[in-house]
Amino acid sequence: MGLAISFWILAAVAVIAALGVVLLNGVFRSALALVACFLMVAGLYITLSADFLAAVQVLVYVGAISVLIILAIMMTRNVQHGNPGNRFALPSLIIAILLLGIFVYAVTGTQWNISKIAPPDTTVATLADKLFASNGFVLPVEIAALMLLAAVIGAIVLARDK
Amino acid sequence: MTELFANPWFHWAFYTVLLISFALGAVMGLIYIERRGMGRMQSRLGPNRTGPFGLLQAVADAVKVLLKEDIVPANADKVVHWLAPIVAFVPVLLIFAVVPFMNGAMLADLNIGILYVFAIGSISSVGIFMAGWSSSNKYSLLGAMRDVASIVSYEIPLVLAIIGVVILAGSLSTNEIVKAQANIPFILLQPLGFIIFFAAACAEINRSPFDLLEADSELVAGFHTEYSGMKFAMFYLVEYAEALAMCAIISTIFLGGWQGPVLPPWLWFLVKTFGMFYVMVWTRTTFPRVRIDQLMALAWKFMLPLALINIVVTAIEVVIWPTPAGLPWVLIIVNFAVAGILIVTWSRLMKYGWGRVETTLR
Repeated sequence: MGLAISFWILAAVAVIAALGVVLLNGVFRSALALVACFLMVAGLYITLSADFLAAVQVLVYVGAISVLIILAIMMTRNVQHGNPGNRFALPSLIIAILLLGIFVYAVTGTQWNISKIAPPDTTVATLADKLFASNGFVLPVEIAALMLLAAVIGAIVLARDK
Repeated sequence: MTELFANPWFHWAFYTVLLISFALGAVMGLIYIERRGMGRMQSRLGPNRTGPFGLLQAVADAVKVLLKEDIVPANADKVVHWLAPIVAFVPVLLIFAVVPFMNGAMLADLNIGILYVFAIGSISSVGIFMAGWSSSNKYSLLGAMRDVASIVSYEIPLVLAIIGVVILAGSLSTNEIVKAQANIPFILLQPLGFIIFFAAACAEINRSPFDLLEADSELVAGFHTEYSGMKFAMFYLVEYAEALAMCAIISTIFLGGWQGPVLPPWLWFLVKTFGMFYVMVWTRTTFPRVRIDQLMALAWKFMLPLALINIVVTAIEVVIWPTPAGLPWVLIIVNFAVAGILIVTWSRLMKYGWGRVETTLR
């Protein structure tokens, strides 16, 4: 019961915040609404017993990505004049509604597998076993790490002055 | 009494009231320690008129600042300007939820405890941006920009430094980390991790020598230039509550938390926390403020590689001696030697000409 109430509150606030990202007039306020939306999604993870995922969501999305978005906004010129509208408003609305329709159709049409097993008390150890054990996903994790390193080095090479 | 604490609602209400009053009361104590301690270290008296030994000075200041007029700039983004102190304050208060005052005496013994601390702690930087942005003042904005730079950089060594502790303790829960330090506090096994964590924590909460974002000589007061009255008091409170939170976390994960002989556990915890704060006051009065390029270089060229080396060394030690109780005491000497050698050699790397060229001011 309490879980259902918290789910609906979190979901409603998340949707309102997401709408705020799109509809608010100032870019900075949009970014703040995005932060609120990320926080609500982290709350949804907690209601799903995925505490580690929730903490990582806050650490990465709120603590790092939002901060970089805000930094980019602060570097933008003429940002005080707000978020000027342009002629793509109507086409993008149509595309967004179409995309939403496809998503709703796909999600409601799929037969989801629902596990009857109770969630584990600590998700950290289970996740670590899945990611780093020899029969887990250790190779994809290593490849992802290598690709991120390559991306960082590439960004430095592109950005530094000759 | 124990049946009463078994009721989750009572537990929640009791610890919420306790934590809020602890945070507010201890902040008053910290302000007193800082002002008097700094006065002593700088050969002056410090506030000593209000009450015995000036103990009531913080109370008098709080009353004064609450009665002041609240001024909002005409061009300010009013809503964001009003929300900023709250967004900065709430996460700091939430950190105390996982701080163990005694064995299990905490609001929530989360099994992701230490990760939660850094996740929640990173939110309060959003409050600082909101303050800097909404004031529509260039000094506020510059202060907020410097804050972004330092927080993005120092979050990495901060989190990497505790990985060594987590490897040793085998748990992310703060209470379990304290229990794992029954024999040896982790400051002895992780001297390098402790130094990196302490320096990164000082930078993360913008304490001197890393307080570039409110460098008075350059930026008036940084992000809270345009704040007055109650809202300024909130930012002042955030500053000290963050320091208190960091000291509590350091004493929990490095100094053995509530563990200790003779004295009751909660008193040990308070002694360690306030002792850590005294060290922070000491560093504040000792070191001059760093430049922005030195700030970045320290994080990326010095602390990040050392934190990574620290993880590798700790991991090798844990692989050889798998149980924390089985770690031999020789390791303490080895780890201190490793830390000393690394810090000395790496700091020579940062010097001009490998430290052999004499540089003088011309």
